[in-house]
Amino acid sequence: MPDPSEDGDVLVRAEGIVKHFPIKEGIFFKHQVGSVQAVDGVSLEVRRGETLGLVGETGCGKSTLARSIMRLFPLTAGRLTFDGADLSTLSRSQMRPYRRGMQMIFQDPYGSLNSRRRVGSIIGDPLAIHKLASGAERRRRVQGLMEVVGLNPEHYNRFPAEFSGGQRQRIGVARALALHPKLIVADEPVSALDVSIQAQIINLLEDLQSEFGLTYLFIAHDLAVVQHVSDRVAVMYLGKIVEVAEVKDLYNTPRHPYTNALLSASVVADPDKARTRDRIILSGDVPSPITPPSGCRFHTRCPKAQPICSTEEPLLKRGAQDPSGHLAACHFPVADGEKLASEKATILHTVEGFLAEAPT
Amino acid sequence: MSLSTVETKAGATPGEEPAVKGIQGRTPLQLVVARLRTDRVAIISIVVIVLIIALAIGAPLIAAITGHGPTDTNVDNGTDANGQPLPPGSAGYLLGTDNLGRDILVRIAYGARVSLLVGVLATAIATIVGVVVGLFAGYYGGWLDSILARIMDVVLSFPYVLFAIVLVSVFGSSLPLTILVIAFFSFAAIGRIVRGQALSQREKEYVEAAHSLGAGNLRIMFVDILPNLVAPVIVLATLLIPTAIIFEATLSFLGLGIALPTPSWGNMLSDAEGVGFQAWWFYIFPMVFLLLTTLAFNLLGDAVRDALDPRTERIFAGRRKKKPA
Repeated sequence: MPDPSEDGDVLVRAEGIVKHFPIKEGIFFKHQVGSVQAVDGVSLEVRRGETLGLVGETGCGKSTLARSIMRLFPLTAGRLTFDGADLSTLSRSQMRPYRRGMQMIFQDPYGSLNSRRRVGSIIGDPLAIHKLASGAERRRRVQGLMEVVGLNPEHYNRFPAEFSGGQRQRIGVARALALHPKLIVADEPVSALDVSIQAQIINLLEDLQSEFGLTYLFIAHDLAVVQHVSDRVAVMYLGKIVEVAEVKDLYNTPRHPYTNALLSASVVADPDKARTRDRIILSGDVPSPITPPSGCRFHTRCPKAQPICSTEEPLLKRGAQDPSGHLAACHFPVADGEKLASEKATILHTVEGFLAEAPT
Repeated sequence: MSLSTVETKAGATPGEEPAVKGIQGRTPLQLVVARLRTDRVAIISIVVIVLIIALAIGAPLIAAITGHGPTDTNVDNGTDANGQPLPPGSAGYLLGTDNLGRDILVRIAYGARVSLLVGVLATAIATIVGVVVGLFAGYYGGWLDSILARIMDVVLSFPYVLFAIVLVSVFGSSLPLTILVIAFFSFAAIGRIVRGQALSQREKEYVEAAHSLGAGNLRIMFVDILPNLVAPVIVLATLLIPTAIIFEATLSFLGLGIALPTPSWGNMLSDAEGVGFQAWWFYIFPMVFLLLTTLAFNLLGDAVRDALDPRTERIFAGRRKKKPA
């Protein structure tokens, strides 16, 4: 693991990234009536050669953050540097040369491939757009890529509809690899696939990482998948990063109450562990990102919330007993072995596979 | 014939095509062609259209065989002893002559040239303009969309005959003007559909993927989105051709389109005004050809729409099963 203080090892640095989507009303004369604060001040760094996992529940802003880093839309605020270059305010055409260094794999293997175009032209698209190869040379390189991701190069002329979900995702991976990028942003690349196919794709991504020295920003809501692939993990809640740490630190000693609740909800394969495990059930729903809570955004559901939590926003900082890379944004971080219980969170014991209320 | 065996196998397992040996993947075009081949109405329509095209192309040949030009007033043998027009079946005049002794068959053949030329050319112009305007409006949205969409609304609600009268009185009637007027009033029909489709397509993830690869707006519009709009555009264009042909006939009938003595089906009908039941062949034959042509294009358009629509697979699968192996 590279030293975080060394700046040369940082491939992507995001500082205070903000992305708000305006909500407009009116048929003829549109005016803004509010905004969805999808990403609201995220600072993050992705180090060269690592896999940074990004987890959080649906609607927390993971995908928007990924698209902000890919600069698929203008940022509302914040600074984004990629490989030393400041991309924060570049226009769409100015961004084009940098796109060779960063590519994306999409969640939906059906929607992300143009069903009216042949596989060869889909994978060859990046080569055509950046004018890197044409004619027979492009065909040769595309077929090479198809082989690398485990597709039959003879299927060059087929349409996406003739492939299964897993094969389609391989097409998406081949397309992302075509430009030899440094960074691949994978937005839930396996969540639309069967479990057995998920493993194949994850193994493929891991093989490609070691072969081509790729850096991944890996987004998922499946904690087991993230734990398996990531070197470090960042947890998002309602447009903010609440905790970031190396994978073993985060999974063993989660400091943020939200991380604790999230981890307790994941499925454990070991039945003995599963039987004795506690499950934290949070009350209420995720607040609307149009009107997020003041202070700490989690305070409305947090079992440890104090008055200060609703007024002062906690910053990402390292706990006294934690290693240097383990940051949590909480006024009252969870101590080792602490049990979270209050009227806002119910702890359920797992008894023989069933959830039951724990004796307090 | 490999195509029909593929057809029956695919029909037995609707939905997915398994990658079994011997079953080849087919392109969408092959699928559509295979489906059209099972549609009897489509086949008949295509035959009628091909015959009309042959008639139009062969017009000079017909003129040469009969020895009558389209505008020749055959004073010597085109009328009977009293100077009256000849009925159909007269010697040398299969469909009779009009009151100036002109050969109606030859005039219909030359009229087919005008009708097809106007129909196809006006539709082609309308389709190209409509696709470009619709794509820009739907893809960019915002103020550009507001302006373009309003323009299309205005065009669609325009009293086009009045507009044509004004234009003709200013510029005089001519073939290019007729084509442009028809194209102008037809493009909005295609533009609206393309705009709606482009609006929904631009939200698809493959557009975002193209963007992330570094594709420009034009490339996304014409390389990525346009192929997904081919089906509705083909259907609409096929249905626009008969509309344009009728439009031309209407304009010519009103004396605003093709100027006499150049024959067009529309001005032949207008020429037949007032002849009543005595010289029925003046108007029956141009009408029959006009009807046949527009009907054939309309039915073909419907058949193409059915063939392009995956939801009609059940109908086509049923047809395939009925066919003997």
